[in-house]
Amino acid sequence: MKKPVLEVNRLRTHFFTDNGEIPAVDDVSFHIEAGEVLGVVGESGCGKSVTSLSIMGLVPNPPGKIVGGEIIYRSEKTNSEEDLVTISRKKMRGIRGNQLAMIFQEPMTSLDPLFKIGFQITEGLRKHRNISKKAAHNKAVEMLQLVGIPRPHEVVNEYPHQLSGGMRQRVMIAIAMSSDPEVLIADEPTTALDVTIQAQILELMKKLNEEKGTAILLITHDLGVVAEICDRVVVMYSGKVVEQGSVRTILKDPKHPYTQGLIRSLPKLTERDERLYSIPGNVPKPGSILKGCRFAPRCPHVFDRCIKEDPELLQLEGEHLCRCFLYAEEGGVKDDSETTVGS
Amino acid sequence: MTVKPLLEVKHLKKYFPIKGGIFGRPVGEVKAVNDVSFEVYEGEVLGIVGESGCGKSTTGKALLRLTEPSDGEVIFEGRDVTKMSSEEMRKMRRDMQMIFQDPYASLNPRHNVGKILGEPLLVHGIGDKKDRAEKVKEILEIVGLSGDHASRYPHQFSGGQRQRIGIARALIVRPKLIVCDEPVSALDVSVQSQILNLMEDLQEEFKLTYIFIAHDLSVVKHISHRIGVMYLGKMVELSSKDNLYREPLHPYTQSLMSAVPEPDPDLKKERIILEGDVPSPSNPPSGCPFHTRCPKVMDMCKTEVPEFREIRDSHFAACHLYNEEEPAGQQIK
Repeated sequence: MKKPVLEVNRLRTHFFTDNGEIPAVDDVSFHIEAGEVLGVVGESGCGKSVTSLSIMGLVPNPPGKIVGGEIIYRSEKTNSEEDLVTISRKKMRGIRGNQLAMIFQEPMTSLDPLFKIGFQITEGLRKHRNISKKAAHNKAVEMLQLVGIPRPHEVVNEYPHQLSGGMRQRVMIAIAMSSDPEVLIADEPTTALDVTIQAQILELMKKLNEEKGTAILLITHDLGVVAEICDRVVVMYSGKVVEQGSVRTILKDPKHPYTQGLIRSLPKLTERDERLYSIPGNVPKPGSILKGCRFAPRCPHVFDRCIKEDPELLQLEGEHLCRCFLYAEEGGVKDDSETTVGS
Repeated sequence: MTVKPLLEVKHLKKYFPIKGGIFGRPVGEVKAVNDVSFEVYEGEVLGIVGESGCGKSTTGKALLRLTEPSDGEVIFEGRDVTKMSSEEMRKMRRDMQMIFQDPYASLNPRHNVGKILGEPLLVHGIGDKKDRAEKVKEILEIVGLSGDHASRYPHQFSGGQRQRIGIARALIVRPKLIVCDEPVSALDVSVQSQILNLMEDLQEEFKLTYIFIAHDLSVVKHISHRIGVMYLGKMVELSSKDNLYREPLHPYTQSLMSAVPEPDPDLKKERIILEGDVPSPSNPPSGCPFHTRCPKVMDMCKTEVPEFREIRDSHFAACHLYNEEEPAGQQIK
């Protein structure tokens, strides 16, 4: 079996603030195979964005710092293996925006208003590839065409303010894809967009994944988007991975009470109405719960052990992992009828 | 549902001037709301959906005259709101309240919750100081907070709790109609369902009527009885929720619904992916505003504005595709 292109092992990213040390990412492990789309799902403050910034080496320091773990990146192109946590800044600069690219959430603020679209698309290429101005320009036009922007020859000489939100997000994707990255990290790429534009962007990302074989790490809070495009899902809650598995397993047969609650609390377009399920309480502030299971205060199945001990990530079936004591008793899968929340 | 509507909106328009040149003279207009008509019946929830820039929020604000409508009538309980003096309007707002989108920006950070909630009572001259404090306590408990939260400040609450305060502020004067402008879109999924359930409970308990404005079709479907779909300042379809989801008539509604990603990997939807972006409302296309992106566009769509009319039983749409069909109700020529 081929080794995964990106492997995050026991990553811990902490923020050092006036209110003490906050573990934003607390012992997170997952991997991405080449050509795969992995979704990272969670609500605000669960550490999903900090995880992606840690991979890219973009955690603002101070106050943030990676205090433990490793991020192994195996490049097939250069046949090298690097730990992105300990890598030198110079080497990282050669990888970032070249083999590892990122799309940010806000297309409105992530483009520089003072530079033309074409210049921004080719900035990375000129840095990493040493190509001529003319070749760079042609590449920019080609990229714009690839992401489905009409009149690419004109748009290449326009400024960001002349484009709409959906077009700007396409430009962001063009920038990220211009260097043919092996891994694309997309942090909420469609959150700021309307549904009809979101459908276009997801279609485009799917196409790039299929045609170019780019592995995608998609960070989102929208389980609908996950169902649409991802192969596997990692569910995060308060800085920890609580469940991990294939899209089908997570959405159809979730085991962790948080994932179950999250899916049941979504209003659905195709189902008949009934009262919505809701998880009581609020999303905890990062660092507010340090002992026991992070979900214990909101969990319908909470028992003594949850408050005293920290549950481990257990392997249920195959690749299905779950961090919950409900499944720890017999050291394996518990009977469905007892554990599925009141369905 | 009673026969007489609580609120009737007739040909509502809101144009914003575009100022240009060194003297700041108006050089054009943004037609944010362009001839929208609908009715809201007592005790119902009317959902309004549409993408950003379609004029749904402006419609909501124009109903309460938080932004002055350019033209049209808003008839609330038989009286035209747009013609009222500001004093009459102020009194009227006791019956018409609003819940805002952003629970972070819509509460004054320098006032404590007791003051925020007591202010509507003060403005409308309800009760004395002791009464008001009593009422604030009562309403806080109704929306699922506790009475002693009154002495706290907004920053001490989470997003969901702040939205509860926003709801309490609208509810404390016991209005008949509440315009809810994207009340849950800033909230996390697990908190969103709490607020939706609360709003449903309150509606039942206090016999409220909601106009629920949102961009999320699943949320709107969950809470509404009837739904209006807006595109570029116009209402393109209006119908009961079941009819709209079972048989959307307008091509825009069809594509909008097919574009919503569902959290179900087995569901294979036929996706209609629209080309291009929403045109600018300052320079809307001629004829049907949707013709530039419509997959079923015909020649006449480019020149003639389709009429918003009843195509099936209480199912309204503005589309030339249904011109041949016998109108179900009275035809408006």
